[in-house]
Amino acid sequence: MRWLIVKDLQILRRSPLLVGLLIAYPIAIAVLVGLALSKGPDKPKVAVLNDLPASQRIVDLGGERIDLARYARLLNASVDTVAVSTRAQALAKVRSGEALAALIIPADIASKLAAGGLDQSRIEVVYNVEDPVKARFVESTINARVADANLALSRKFSQVAAQYIRLLLDGGRFNVLGSDFNVLGLRNAKTILDGALAGLPAGAPARVGLQQVDRFAGLAIDNLGLSDRFLASVSRPIAVKRTVAAGRRTPLDEFAVAVSVTLSLMLVTVLLAAGLLALEREEHAFGRLVRGLVSRLALLGAKVALAAACAVVVSGLMLAGIGAFVTLDWSRAPLWLLALAAGACAFAALGVAIGGLAREVRAASLLALLLSLPVAFLALVPSGSVSAGLYDVVRVVSAAFPFKPALDALAAALSGGGMVAPLAHLAILTLAFGAIARLALRRLA
Amino acid sequence: MTVVAARSDRTLGAVGVSKRFGDRVALRDVSFATARGELVAVIGPNGAGKTTLLSILAGIQSPDGGHVTRPERPIGWVPQHPAIYSKLSVAENLRLFARLERLADPQAAVTRMLAQIGLADRAGDEVGTLSGGNCQRVNIAVGLLADPPALLLDEPSASLDPRQRERLWKFVTGLAAGGTTVVFSTHDVQEAERHADRVLVLADGELLFDGTTDALHQRAGAPGGDFEAAFVRFLHDRGH
Repeated sequence: MRWLIVKDLQILRRSPLLVGLLIAYPIAIAVLVGLALSKGPDKPKVAVLNDLPASQRIVDLGGERIDLARYARLLNASVDTVAVSTRAQALAKVRSGEALAALIIPADIASKLAAGGLDQSRIEVVYNVEDPVKARFVESTINARVADANLALSRKFSQVAAQYIRLLLDGGRFNVLGSDFNVLGLRNAKTILDGALAGLPAGAPARVGLQQVDRFAGLAIDNLGLSDRFLASVSRPIAVKRTVAAGRRTPLDEFAVAVSVTLSLMLVTVLLAAGLLALEREEHAFGRLVRGLVSRLALLGAKVALAAACAVVVSGLMLAGIGAFVTLDWSRAPLWLLALAAGACAFAALGVAIGGLAREVRAASLLALLLSLPVAFLALVPSGSVSAGLYDVVRVVSAAFPFKPALDALAAALSGGGMVAPLAHLAILTLAFGAIARLALRRLA
Repeated sequence: MTVVAARSDRTLGAVGVSKRFGDRVALRDVSFATARGELVAVIGPNGAGKTTLLSILAGIQSPDGGHVTRPERPIGWVPQHPAIYSKLSVAENLRLFARLERLADPQAAVTRMLAQIGLADRAGDEVGTLSGGNCQRVNIAVGLLADPPALLLDEPSASLDPRQRERLWKFVTGLAAGGTTVVFSTHDVQEAERHADRVLVLADGELLFDGTTDALHQRAGAPGGDFEAAFVRFLHDRGH
């Protein structure tokens, strides 16, 4: 077996282009997928026509000042805004494709907001739907930012309403159009009424009416006293309490690292193992080797060992390289290697099964790619994103191939969590694909 | 598969060997024996079962019936397509197979074979850069590394030009003269007539003839004439 491994290493050493591609291609794919997972999409360009005069960008709501520019800055964080000065310019930018959408903020938005929402304020969004994915992103981004603004404004409105109610309850000074008014307040009114009632004779005719007003004042004081909490719940009817019911919390960066390294591990191992075994058939050497020089199991073992060792080295270096940019817990490095080794063995077993079935290097490489990539992407389908029945099928398919357990093992090795189950899963798959490969070798003879 | 150690004068043979691939009968009750240093040609039309017979003799396939007799020491096997690694050099190929054969001194075996096939000056060249004839010489050298008592060659001269064929047969007849039993298959019946001590004629998996070329001439009723014509007539008379 040792001499077979040495021979394969010599062949690889003399095939620098092949080895280069074998390393560069999986790493490129893995890095792209990792970046796609860890980074959001590029900020789409949105034209913004702001007709609101600069002097009105701070709205006064019952003494509360709201800076509308703050919400514009929130929008800037999600989209790349391009200022335009007319509605025609905004539409032209959308039509030409220079901007994916235009946001038109009317001049009267501040006065309508200041009026307390009696006349609903409106902004206009013009879309370019040539790219449905980007259009969906822009729509959801603007909706999210408008929802943020609505939430903040409704809180302000609630606070203003609560101030008015407190004024009604406790009394105080109130300013309308620059003129100050003194408001008595329900509590003061009730105190006055109680004093007046105490001074009236028992049978006085005004007593019945004053007692009715006094009871109403008491009832109003009791109920309006709860209005603060009620208005707070109106401004935010549903609060979110986050509870993890299943799975472990893996930071997105570490998950992206696990996905990209597992993808690289899979491609290197499967392609190498499949190619090395198919090469024996292509070079017509298989018959000569198994004529007593090497057992079929030893031949498979040599291919699995070499492919797995090369892939662990490549993906281990890749992981170490990523560690220079992403914070990883290096004290867990032995667990990383364990996860990589177990995953590599299972991928290599899959590779020799493919190599045995395909028989030619080109066919084996093609089959390895055609099989591996969809399996990897299926393993990344989150639950709830497809129907329950389809997700069950996805789970079964993912469980039948090594990508999902290899990803689980590496994610657990990187960020904590149980490794026993995925490692046992990988061991079973290694044996199963090894058995398939052994059967497939009959075709090579 | 049943393998019987041969007597000292019977190095390699088959007894009642049969092989089927699904419904197709590839070999039907084939029996023959060879002597030490004998050069035996297996000839027959396409699909006759020549390669199947040689691969069963080599131990690559198992017979469905009958058994193979072999000498105690491993026999050499040279497949039709060179079974060597094109990215390795001539010497590296020989060294690899010498190590896999567990020879006591692999490097000595490599040196000996390089001298024997006349490629010592190209020992460091990658096999992929060699001509078809030289590739075949390396292919045969690998089969001879363990100094086997018998050598099986499947269509050894296919894809070789006349000059390369001449060098090949000079090499092979030299082996036989040295005591190595050689069994080879070929499409070229004149090559068989010229080099073989004995021919086995296979057709549709059946062994129709086992004897010298002169005997085949006699059996075909065309003594002294063209061997290829006699061979075709022989097959035709037996419905092939």
